[in-house]
Amino acid sequence: MKQFMHDLLLVAKKDLRIEIRSRVIINQVVPFAILVLVLFGFALDADQKTLRTFSPGLFWIAVLLSLLLAIQRSVSLETVNDSLTGLKLAGLSPVAIFFGKSIAIFTQIVFLELLLTGGIIIFYGSVIEDPALWVVAGLVTALAVSVTGTLYGALASGLEVRETLLPILLLPVLAPVLIGATKAYSGALGETVSNGWQWTGLLSLFALIAATLGSLAYGVLVEE
Amino acid sequence: MFKQNQGVTSSPKSRLLGFATLLGLITLFVFAFFLTDPDVRLHPTTGEEIGQFDAVRLLYLHVPMAIIGPYLAPLVGAVASVGYLIKRTPWWDVTAHAAIEVGAIFCGLVLVQGSIWGRPVWNTWWEWGDVRIMTTLILFLMLLSYLALRRVVADEHKQARRSAIVALVAAVNLPIINRSVEWWESRTLHQKSTLSELKIEDLTFFTLMMGIVVFLMLFTWLVLHRFRLGWLEKESLKQEALTAIEERRAEAATNEEETS
Repeated sequence: MKQFMHDLLLVAKKDLRIEIRSRVIINQVVPFAILVLVLFGFALDADQKTLRTFSPGLFWIAVLLSLLLAIQRSVSLETVNDSLTGLKLAGLSPVAIFFGKSIAIFTQIVFLELLLTGGIIIFYGSVIEDPALWVVAGLVTALAVSVTGTLYGALASGLEVRETLLPILLLPVLAPVLIGATKAYSGALGETVSNGWQWTGLLSLFALIAATLGSLAYGVLVEE
Repeated sequence: MFKQNQGVTSSPKSRLLGFATLLGLITLFVFAFFLTDPDVRLHPTTGEEIGQFDAVRLLYLHVPMAIIGPYLAPLVGAVASVGYLIKRTPWWDVTAHAAIEVGAIFCGLVLVQGSIWGRPVWNTWWEWGDVRIMTTLILFLMLLSYLALRRVVADEHKQARRSAIVALVAAVNLPIINRSVEWWESRTLHQKSTLSELKIEDLTFFTLMMGIVVFLMLFTWLVLHRFRLGWLEKESLKQEALTAIEERRAEAATNEEETS
């Protein structure tokens, strides 16, 4: 168990260190996420009240689109120089690699969520009315999308059409998460009277199933 | 058993099944569109005629397709995918592909035909708030993504392994679709199961049962042919590779003779 945790943190730290040094998240993914929020504003041509009403959904769409970039980035880290083989040869278990990479993506998504929350407060005039629900739903959703994204990133890796295939594979699976997270944030941002905690419970169940399936399937995928 | 070297996807038994399915479909259409009554009831207080009228006839096709597209086909695909991950033989992989491809067609038809039925009965083509429609749509998109993955050029085993995982993830949706009308009772226009409680009777029930049997035969026939086509594709690729190797060997032998 100690070795497993060590390996897991090693992979997570490696990915995060590369991200911090390369600054791809800061220079590309963050501006992209904010751009999406701004584009929604242009497209809807709406006043702040309308944007605020739809802000939970728009927020999570921006997160999911940014997630795609983060996953592509995470996959390319392992495919360049075939470093995944290196990790396997170093004796790291596939489950530890899976959770390590998931934690790295989770950290990036949480960082993005914080920034985008600032974005919807500034651009759409949203107000956090239930901070506890906002934090818990945000973390649980980040976990759900990270583990699912890591699994599907591995599924699409090494294929010629990875960039176009990944959204087709991943977004239908994440559609229930989008619904649940939007409902939970509608409650947290006080836009509708929805049972946000119940939706957060469903999101937790999704995260649990995705993590279990992902950890089992990742070993099959990396054995190639 | 199907002979792989025939180069065709039919056999005497499958032709018989195909013929029986065709007869069944014709009979079903006669029962559904001519022999059964339209759904007309009288309002208990106003006495006004209410019901689905002739639109109910579409349900004789919708219910059987809805059993196969979003349930049976992905389930067969998932079981075959598990079979592949355990046995690692192409038979399981080709079976999963065949079932899911046919299932995707049925699933798409269920959504389209349900929409056509919904317009006169629910007064809408599409209902975003209905959990069963949403879960079925998500499953349909997952099946399409499975097919997209199958179309990507990749190593045979790599593709089979990855496809099996996508099929298994899609199968997680099946109990959710099934239970959705019970779990989110207030968020669906779909009714709870009436088949299990036998709330429908006489000719309506008979036609519905016949529809299920006929569509099961159609599904079996289609999967059988798609399986055989998939198998022939694999054999053909193998043959192409062997021919290419033979050609290279012959080329190398000729070069050796020339140099000596």
